[in-house]
Amino acid sequence: MSDFSEELKGPVTDDEQVETSVLSGAGMHFPWLQTYIETVAIGGKRKKDFAQTTSACLSFIQEALLKHQWQQAAEYMHSYFQTLEDSDSYKRQAAPEIIWKLGSEILFYHPKSNVETFNTFADRMKNIGIMNYLKISLQHALYLLHHGMLEDAKRKLSEAETWRHGEKTSSREILINLIQAYKGLLQYYTWSKKKRELSKLDKDDYAYSAVAQDVFNHSWKTSVNISALIKIPGVWDPFVKSYVEMLEFYGDRDGAQEVLTNYAYDEKFPSNPNAHIYLYNFLKRQKAPRSKLISVLKILYQIVPSHKLMLEFHTLLRKSEKEEHHKLGLEVLFGVLDFAGCTKNITAWKYLAKYVKKTLMGNHLVWVQEEWKSRKNWWPSFHFSYFWAKSDWKEDTALACEKAFVAGLLLGKGCRYFRYILKQDHQILGKKIKRMKRSVKKYSIVNPRL
Amino acid sequence: MDLEEAEEFKERCTQCEAVSWGLTDEGKYYCTSCHNVTERSKEVINSDIIPNAQIKALNRGLKRKNNSEKGWDWYVCEGFQHILYQQAEALKNLGVGPELKNDVLHNFWKRYLQKSKQAYCKNPVYTTGRKPTVLEDNLSHSDWASEPELPSDVNSPFLESGMESQSDVHTRKSLRISKALQSETSVCSGSLDGVEYSQRKEKGLVKMTVPQTLAFCYLSLLWQREAITLSDLLRFVEEDHIPYINAFQHFPEQMKLYGRDRGIFGTESWPNYDDIYKKTIEVATFLDLPRFPDITEDCYLHPNILCMKYLMEVNLPDEMHSLTCHVVKMTGMGEADFLTFDPIAKVAKTVKYDVQAVAVIVVVLKLLFLLDDNLEWSLSNLAEKHNEKNKKDKPWFNFRKWYQIMKKAFDEKKQNWEEARAKYLWKSEKPLYYSYVDKPVAYKKREMVVNLQKQFSTLVDSTPTAGKKSPSSFQFNWTEEDTERTCFHGHSLQGVLKEKGQSLLTKNSLYWLSTQKFCRCYCTHVTTYEESNYSLSYQFILNLFSFLLRIKASLLHEEVSLVEKELFKKKYSVTKKKSKSKKRRR
Repeated sequence: MSDFSEELKGPVTDDEQVETSVLSGAGMHFPWLQTYIETVAIGGKRKKDFAQTTSACLSFIQEALLKHQWQQAAEYMHSYFQTLEDSDSYKRQAAPEIIWKLGSEILFYHPKSNVETFNTFADRMKNIGIMNYLKISLQHALYLLHHGMLEDAKRKLSEAETWRHGEKTSSREILINLIQAYKGLLQYYTWSKKKRELSKLDKDDYAYSAVAQDVFNHSWKTSVNISALIKIPGVWDPFVKSYVEMLEFYGDRDGAQEVLTNYAYDEKFPSNPNAHIYLYNFLKRQKAPRSKLISVLKILYQIVPSHKLMLEFHTLLRKSEKEEHHKLGLEVLFGVLDFAGCTKNITAWKYLAKYVKKTLMGNHLVWVQEEWKSRKNWWPSFHFSYFWAKSDWKEDTALACEKAFVAGLLLGKGCRYFRYILKQDHQILGKKIKRMKRSVKKYSIVNPRL
Repeated sequence: MDLEEAEEFKERCTQCEAVSWGLTDEGKYYCTSCHNVTERSKEVINSDIIPNAQIKALNRGLKRKNNSEKGWDWYVCEGFQHILYQQAEALKNLGVGPELKNDVLHNFWKRYLQKSKQAYCKNPVYTTGRKPTVLEDNLSHSDWASEPELPSDVNSPFLESGMESQSDVHTRKSLRISKALQSETSVCSGSLDGVEYSQRKEKGLVKMTVPQTLAFCYLSLLWQREAITLSDLLRFVEEDHIPYINAFQHFPEQMKLYGRDRGIFGTESWPNYDDIYKKTIEVATFLDLPRFPDITEDCYLHPNILCMKYLMEVNLPDEMHSLTCHVVKMTGMGEADFLTFDPIAKVAKTVKYDVQAVAVIVVVLKLLFLLDDNLEWSLSNLAEKHNEKNKKDKPWFNFRKWYQIMKKAFDEKKQNWEEARAKYLWKSEKPLYYSYVDKPVAYKKREMVVNLQKQFSTLVDSTPTAGKKSPSSFQFNWTEEDTERTCFHGHSLQGVLKEKGQSLLTKNSLYWLSTQKFCRCYCTHVTTYEESNYSLSYQFILNLFSFLLRIKASLLHEEVSLVEKELFKKKYSVTKKKSKSKKRRR
């Protein structure tokens, strides 16, 4: 037998070589480093198995939730409750919130769960550590709302609102405001239902005054509930909207305007396009002067240049007397069409075609060139390719015509899109196309006649 | 609770940051908003305003002594004794002979109490002049045969009070007073000496801990040469067949635990192989035990028998057993002197029987298949071809097929194991709390958890996953009948061996060592195991076996290196010199 020990694989007899290769190896690695780092994080002690298994349990729950395996998630949850008794006080205090989040998620989807189970769970969790009482109450109410149980939700919110325990902290204050605001929102809902009833009733109806009285009462309560919240910086769209609606209904225009102006312009609030939209719509309803409307939309233009209100903005600018507004009007149109979602917007193209022509006729070639400069690299393939010409024509000839006109003006008569549309023989549009051809010849920015 | 009195305490609550304090009737502050109880007590802060607070508290404490709230007076060592008693009972139920409990473990424990000066000696250690629980004469009038069962030691101070002399009653009385004093001040424990015990530090003293109880169990098993290895023992602990985690919850109702006892008896980890192994040696040396009974070839712990067991467990051919026996013989690992534990020898060390047996199997697998991610597969191809041609013969062992089956079985097992661990419930029905005022909070929390668990268990499928597994030394089960999972026990090694004259040689003539160089310094580590440096099949085999033993793969790798060191002694000592060819006989 040839001895296996004699022909031991190379490095065995050559210890030195191996050692040096390890030392000089470029791919240095420190297998001990990771474990070292881990032990440093927990103060040099080995992690207890309790901590290990509960964190494994947590990841099993998360995995099950991700895969929508509610049954398994509930099984692991059964074990995860013991973190409430964790001897690590930091983890023990964090546990209720984690358990609430996971547990409510499971109960929301689990086939065997129902409103009753959810209620029991929420009530239990509220009373484990007072830190989460308000948050859980609010989410509990939202759950009930989701299940259409308005009255129960309202009751939960009232309970939470009157709950007092220990000292008031600032974070708690916000939560209470939020709870009150939600209550207000629910009241708004009933109010708006009553209002609809009222609008159906005849003024001479004997029930009219009773309902009207009811409507009035509600409005008063709601305004108290909501107004506190919307003074705090944040995004409160539904609250603001309903609040303003009620203020307007009762003729408090100044109050409504103040709320909206504050919501849109207060710098402490996060940037929120809806705030400007609400303000604009309000001002439009109030028939505010054009300059005011323009100034509101100017801000919206900066935040969302592709918003559908931008076409209205353009119209406003076009009608304005100031020249700078005319220039901005062009910018706005170009800006809208930069967005893929707006490429088939025929109004935008119509406006652009008309307006570019008008601008060129008004001897503002520079403005057009300025806008075109940054777009000439990508607009041709983005809007005016041969492919688009074909498909646009097939889908919407009117759109194709408008686009062709713009293409002709910007790229000259040699442009493929323009040429393709020109070649199409269309009886009704024939005249229009001819007119277009003439205009292009005359005004196109390519080879401008000086 | 009087709120006005608590007004001068202005600190923020650590739990909820509120400043709203009330006083408990033990004079401690608690937060009215979250019921968190502080360690601060009224008297300490404001002693000048209520000068007799301390006295009042004392009176109250003494009064309370009379009702059963506070429970019995008991010592920490009695707690451990109770745990050992439960463990011994559990071992008996597992089929271990009754002598283990009545003679061996009992004996070891008494020896421990004596060596640690807690009982059975002239001057017990209790500093405050207390008498130890087990009285001297208790020992003198008892011999091994007539010795009552273990728990009588626990109960004697409580139930057999008739045995106590008048003076003992006196000392106990004074004890009670001191205890009452103690529990009213900030440090406290349910046991009498919990505080002292956790502060006790003496050179050379081995203090009892919960893991230590397993060291005692293992020592007695070893003494009796029972068929339970250390890894089996620890696995039974993990599977809850042997009381360990929360063993205190089975203490008699009147033995109350809190405060310092929490640190002494509470466990939040499963025992670790290496740790218990070290503790075993430590305890044996401390007890000054004589040489253990010899481990001979007919003992379960002998490598030849253990190898057979593990070969069956991992579904390897029986024919490999002769090879493992050969390796055991060549390395001298089968000799009684090598195997027997002798705590009073110069260097007390015992063999990790289970790890070693498994390491021998790994070495044999390396001899046969090299495990370089190459040869084992080409040998498998040969075996596959042969088996296809000769369907009627005894099939050749096919490593690839074995790997595929084992991999699947192992992955399933491991997944189940991980899931079961994640679902493990650690907390006892009897919550441990820091002090008496904490008690209602702890119980309330416990109740809360139980309620939540009850609620969620209704959401779980009504068929509960098969309850507690019955204890078994085998984790895998391979039978000829099961067609899904081929049993390889009867397969032959012909494909990897070749005849030469009268002896059989391995076809594979190569070998690689797990470790090239042993550390020459005095540190105990042999080598580090970095997975990625080794072949995938070697990694798989190490992972498989280390999972079976619930140890780290690196520990097994270390043991493999040690076996190789014995087997290839010459290679390590004389590197260049050609070693004699070894012949394998079958």
